[in-house]
Amino acid sequence: MAKTPIRFSHNREEKAVFVDEGANLLDVLRRSIGDLTPKYGCGQGTCGACTVLVDGAPQLSCLTLAETVDGRAVDTVAGLSDGARLSALQRAFMDNFAAQCGYCTDGMLMSATALLKHNPRPTREEVVEAISGNLCRCTGYEAIINAILDASQGGARRTG
Amino acid sequence: MAVHHGRGFAAINYPIGMNLGGDPSQALVHSNPDGKFMVALSSIDLGQGMKSVTRQIAAETLGVPVEDVYVDTADSDTGPHCMGSFASRGTHRVGNAVIQAAQEARAVMLEAAAEELEVNAADLVTDGKGNIHVRGAPSRSITTGQASAAAQFKQGRTVSGRGIFLIPLSEVSPETGEMTPVSCFAHAALIVDLEVDDETGEVRVIEINSAYEVGRALNPKLVEQQLVGGAWMGLSHALYETTEPYYPSREHGPVDFNTYLMPGPGDIAPHNIAVLERPAPDGPYGGKGPGEMCANPVLPAVANAVYDAVGVRIRDLPITPEKVLRGLKENGGARPRASRANRAR
Repeated sequence: MAKTPIRFSHNREEKAVFVDEGANLLDVLRRSIGDLTPKYGCGQGTCGACTVLVDGAPQLSCLTLAETVDGRAVDTVAGLSDGARLSALQRAFMDNFAAQCGYCTDGMLMSATALLKHNPRPTREEVVEAISGNLCRCTGYEAIINAILDASQGGARRTG
Repeated sequence: MAVHHGRGFAAINYPIGMNLGGDPSQALVHSNPDGKFMVALSSIDLGQGMKSVTRQIAAETLGVPVEDVYVDTADSDTGPHCMGSFASRGTHRVGNAVIQAAQEARAVMLEAAAEELEVNAADLVTDGKGNIHVRGAPSRSITTGQASAAAQFKQGRTVSGRGIFLIPLSEVSPETGEMTPVSCFAHAALIVDLEVDDETGEVRVIEINSAYEVGRALNPKLVEQQLVGGAWMGLSHALYETTEPYYPSREHGPVDFNTYLMPGPGDIAPHNIAVLERPAPDGPYGGKGPGEMCANPVLPAVANAVYDAVGVRIRDLPITPEKVLRGLKENGGARPRASRANRAR
């Protein structure tokens, strides 16, 4: 099978890889780059566990042809923290106990990162909308919504 | 056509664990020469907090800081046997096994310390910060690391312990069918307020209020997390989830997350929880197990609330719009309970 060379920025670092024809971005990130933060969940774009940012916008990497990110910027959870220093959003997830099994967490973090970047003061409804493509089986979502609101500037979490 | 408000209540008595083969779990505890302890389990932590809780239990029993304890659940082939993480049994069964193992390891650690300090092991106490000292004489002291290192390199002892928790298999009385399969019950009471649209059959949950009695909450934040998430799953089972909507026919069964429905972040209702702590006499430090039981009261409460709202009694789950509409048709329309009209909304 023909291999196509692509170059893209991965968490602000230039990467060049050969990809198989039809390979999806999730496989390339996990197998070629070795970034295991995007998760394989359903493989058909319905669970959100593989969410990454492409040029700042959340995208389902399992449905993204790897070739289409040539020359673009791909960001994952692996680039959120500065070494051991977690991002404010990651800290808020910890403080709010927003993860249990953790499988959805990476996708949630990326969807929320994109939201807060473009809308630093989201309403509760906007947070719900932003993560509506990310399934979580454990938390009942409440803790995740609260974490994202806590990480936003002056967002109001539900009390009581 | 109207939207009808309904309120439903349910209370549950939940047996912790089961009794097949006595429902045993084992734990092994040993120290390393640096004084840190390893708890080996085959009990799986799938996010419910098994590792955190057994770590706390081991640290408390050993008398060492929680950060000096590591819980290894890596491999059920090489670890000591466990029946599994289900039936809300983990904290109770495994926690008790960890206490037994940690007590045995602690006794060896104190013997090793006693030999170094040239005192009687019965006179030694731990301060929970990594020090062992003579009761009433804090200056006569040795660290747990020094005691473990002495055991390993000088005395030739293993600072280790074995634990198992088993409730002997209960025989069934041939006369009455009576048996005593469990020793510990958790409890919950839960109220659901919801709305039923008699045109679409859709049910929208507005608020949940509950009280859960889980023994001592060994880790209150994890208990809260488990109760919120577990109740969500109960709601999901009550209203959405099924693999065979027309059982025994396999038709229209879901095949992926597009067709297997679960409530999303936009479908959740506020849930106000009161945690009641009544330490269980046979629980590890009084803990029971807020696992599966947090989902259970939601289902009957939702079914009762739907009946309260429109008079349709649905006996098989999930309570789909189709079932609600068929029930309404059979009844000739919505029949809100009489008491409902008197309730202020």
